[in-house]
Amino acid sequence: MDDNRQPAGVWLHAVTRDAGPCELDGVAGIGGRAVRTVHAGGLVAVVSSVDLAQFGEEPLRRNLEDLDWLETVARAHHSVVETVGRSRPVVPARLTTVYRDDAGLRAMLEQRRGDFDAVLDRVSGRTEWGVKTYAVPTSERLSGTPPAETARPGTAYLQRRRAQLSAEDQRWQLAVAGAEEVHAALTGCAAAARRHPPQDRRLSGRTEPMLLNGAYLVERRDADRFGAAVTAQAARHPGLHLELTGPWPPYSFVTNEFVTAEEEPPR
Amino acid sequence: MTPPANGTVATPERVALVDLLDRLLSTGVVVTGEVTLSIADVDLVYISLRALIASAGTVAADPPVGRDWAP
Repeated sequence: MDDNRQPAGVWLHAVTRDAGPCELDGVAGIGGRAVRTVHAGGLVAVVSSVDLAQFGEEPLRRNLEDLDWLETVARAHHSVVETVGRSRPVVPARLTTVYRDDAGLRAMLEQRRGDFDAVLDRVSGRTEWGVKTYAVPTSERLSGTPPAETARPGTAYLQRRRAQLSAEDQRWQLAVAGAEEVHAALTGCAAAARRHPPQDRRLSGRTEPMLLNGAYLVERRDADRFGAAVTAQAARHPGLHLELTGPWPPYSFVTNEFVTAEEEPPR
Repeated sequence: MTPPANGTVATPERVALVDLLDRLLSTGVVVTGEVTLSIADVDLVYISLRALIASAGTVAADPPVGRDWAP
């Protein structure tokens, strides 16, 4: 770039197939600068040029502690991945995949071409949907069996309390089992499924616990059918609250082929 | 697509940061870059969640979209 006094790095957003011109004109990447493409091995990498004074290993570690910074970068990255994925199969890169230069990125694309091809085949024509499931709050008590005739007030209280606790316990077990059923049913409507760890209550913004944080890879043409399946599951499980998000780029379904890359010792 | 009714919430206009980070931090292609990849794994998830939880007061204070209980 023209004004770089600092060394420039290459932030990888996503990889797709090299198939005609990309519709990426004017798409803003990290820092609001237009993204560009790097071609190699029949693949196209969509990248942002970044300043290594901000995105090098040490500064990045610091910046990731800053939630505003993290959010800005995450949303910029997501926006690029989504734009690419709108018109072609896309393999999103994890946040903070930074190369020193285009040559390093090109070498990686050529070296891992087979892996990228396999993942691109798998996600082609598909998008990801998220379904989160919560137990509904316990404000409504189960209409359990009322305690037997009140011999003494104290005994009646204990009986009532015991019945209440056992009802709550039962309710909880039903909710947990229900969430498993929801996941199994939705997995049946998807090409692939994966569970993320349930979100911390402080992050989900809800008071009741999350029982399922599922991701489902679904054919684009089956999106309505999947939505209907979610609605059906919600109706089937009145003790659960279901939340649908998406469509997402296939973030949760691109890792397997790259596991060996993680395990490889550095150089 | 049509927002499902009955106990589910329609897709919000803007994705929740926590849902986005679920996907961006724990998944996505991991390839060896030359600069920062030493933190692209577990450490990163840890760091980010710590940042998130530190600001949880703010996050939770925003009224969640479509906060309605199932029937």
